[in-house]
Amino acid sequence: MEEQRYVVFLFPSVSYALKAEKILKAAGIAHKLIPVPRHISSDCGVCLRATEDKQQDLERELQGKVAWDKIVSL
Amino acid sequence: MPFDELNKRIIYFDNAATSWPKPAAMIAAMINYNELIGGSPGRSGHRSSLDAGRIILEAREALAGLFGCGDSLRIAFTKNATEALNIALSGILNPGDHVITSAMEHNSVMRPLRYLEAQGVKLSVVPCSADGILDPEDVRAAIRPRTRMLVVTHASNVTGTIQPIAALGKIARDHGILFCVDTAQTAGALPINVDEMAIDLLAFSGHKSLFGPQGTGGLYVREGLEKGLRPLMTGGTGSRSEFEGQPDFMPDKYESGTPNTIGLAGLEAGVRFVLAEGVEAIRNKEEGLTTRFLAGLAVLPGITVYGPPAAASRTAVVSFNIAGVSPSAAALELDEHFGILCRPGLHCAPAAHRTIGTFPQGTIRFGFGYFNKDEEIDLALEAIRSLAGCGTDK
Repeated sequence: MEEQRYVVFLFPSVSYALKAEKILKAAGIAHKLIPVPRHISSDCGVCLRATEDKQQDLERELQGKVAWDKIVSL
Repeated sequence: MPFDELNKRIIYFDNAATSWPKPAAMIAAMINYNELIGGSPGRSGHRSSLDAGRIILEAREALAGLFGCGDSLRIAFTKNATEALNIALSGILNPGDHVITSAMEHNSVMRPLRYLEAQGVKLSVVPCSADGILDPEDVRAAIRPRTRMLVVTHASNVTGTIQPIAALGKIARDHGILFCVDTAQTAGALPINVDEMAIDLLAFSGHKSLFGPQGTGGLYVREGLEKGLRPLMTGGTGSRSEFEGQPDFMPDKYESGTPNTIGLAGLEAGVRFVLAEGVEAIRNKEEGLTTRFLAGLAVLPGITVYGPPAAASRTAVVSFNIAGVSPSAAALELDEHFGILCRPGLHCAPAAHRTIGTFPQGTIRFGFGYFNKDEEIDLALEAIRSLAGCGTDK
């Protein structure tokens, strides 16, 4: 069985991450808020994790509604 | 119920200072935060921290809905409207810049402007009519080549006079001038739309017609303006922790230090209450109370009423005087003998009192609210009648 691959969306601050969470909840797209992994950034905030196959759905849903800094594969 | 007993004894007409009572949901939201959540928003990432952050986001979303701004992150929270106005004014104006304001402003606008004037900012205070109305054409005539900003109150805290905000916004926009509006007296009480009114910076109070607790307020900043808007304070924001420079984005740039989460929990519930009741319904109720009071005052002898004659031209604020009775003596009598709570004096707005001709003695101010009743207006009119009757003795 193939291992599930993830991406994380990094936001300017938790306010943005929580706004993204609200939008994705309303759209019914699976996601999870997790602390930013130490190897990605030394920032102490949270980021939004989703499976790799959902990345484009997330981008489409968040585009123009909430800004993100970058998307990183885990 | 002690609360009901209090309500029976007190007729609260000081809603222009702070609204009371508050919706039950506002109190419940604050208790809920303290009992069940308690985390620091944006600081950690565990569930309590995230839940605290979600409360603050919901407060932003509710306010964005109320003000018609598409992106809730354009709203930064402050401890009150005064702090928001200080950010808007001192964050943008530099020595040599010209700023225009009205002669009906509260000291929350006037004092920051006088402070900046002493540092070299040029200030024009445009006179208003005796009813407190600012003529947009007078503002247009005051514009200079270096005019940077027009800052006005949406409605006077002394007379309730509603300013022609949309017309003023259009003039500012047409001339490339920033438009800053103080909505301390109107947010929640009158319809507000930042796009239709061409508002660039909007300061609001959380504890008046938005039914939040004291210690809450905020500033809406139009997209892109934050790049040239200095913060009043810098410090920890929970974001960009690896950098020692202040974040340059909304809302973090203006939200240093742990926020007033419990207060914002209450504010969210207050704004949700306003949205559920509807600003139109709230306005209709308050205008009805004001109409009833103005009609009752009109037939009493020895009463001078200030501001526009029609309730439609003012918020639910009425300033008046009783011949032969000082405002402070009247307010004391109203409190002690009738349980009527109001505010006498200058209401932190000396310019407005000069405009309406009541400086320095001031006025008696009644500020009605959504929870006031017709019977309370009638009781107050009876009380004023008795005070006016013995006015010569005072």
